[in-house]
Amino acid sequence: MMNQQHETTRRHFLTLAASAAAAGALPVVTVRPAEATPAMLSAAIHNVVGEAPLRIGKVKLDIPPLVENGNTVPMMVSVDSPMTAEDHVKSIHVFNEKNPQPNIGNFYLSPLSGRAQVSTRIRLADSQKVTAIAHLSDGSFWQTSVDVVVTLAACTEEVL
Amino acid sequence: MAKALINVPAKARRGDVIEIKALTSHIMETGYRHTAAGEIVPRDIITSFTCRFNGAELFRADFFPAIAANPYLSFFMIANDSGKLDFEWIGDHGFSTTASASLSVVE
Repeated sequence: MMNQQHETTRRHFLTLAASAAAAGALPVVTVRPAEATPAMLSAAIHNVVGEAPLRIGKVKLDIPPLVENGNTVPMMVSVDSPMTAEDHVKSIHVFNEKNPQPNIGNFYLSPLSGRAQVSTRIRLADSQKVTAIAHLSDGSFWQTSVDVVVTLAACTEEVL
Repeated sequence: MAKALINVPAKARRGDVIEIKALTSHIMETGYRHTAAGEIVPRDIITSFTCRFNGAELFRADFFPAIAANPYLSFFMIANDSGKLDFEWIGDHGFSTTASASLSVVE
């Protein structure tokens, strides 16, 4: 039943798309982020990236999807790069959405690093999206984001 | 001086990519917590970490309050030559600690 319904909507969409294309009426597709990012996060990312285009890919962010204790969350960032003098990762910047501060850490690498991979332990104040941005030696910026669910928050709890 | 733990293979073959692990003890107080009386606990974090190989910068990191207490880092380097690795942590209120390790490269 579900399948049939899905089929119908898909076919319906395809028909619509085809007719729109045939009529030459396809609008220009504007790419927007899937979710609105808060101003502080945007500002922090802008500080790193500037006006350069931010592309999706190359970066891999390993964080457990479900975290019990936000006070210490293992995190590993790796970037697909040969790490040669001509083509290497210059830096990796990690951001979050809902901690009191959008920055988590900046990591600066060199061709001598050999492998573009950094691990550390971070704090997450809430269930949120974590973003990693890599700055490559050719000047390009690549990013990835993962969603993490946190059951016990960090950073702002009361000291007894 | 705070205690630091470094894990570097003592020996590596020339050209191998080796993992370097560095851990230091530090409270990493965020500055966003408050006492039961409502007073903010002042920020006290490590703000920067640097690793140098034979004096040249190999790896550097900026820390923010979102780095967990007792900061742990793992990163990599190509073992091209034997030499000395120097580690340095710098933080709020004049915090500073150093550590070193030596690497010997065999053919």
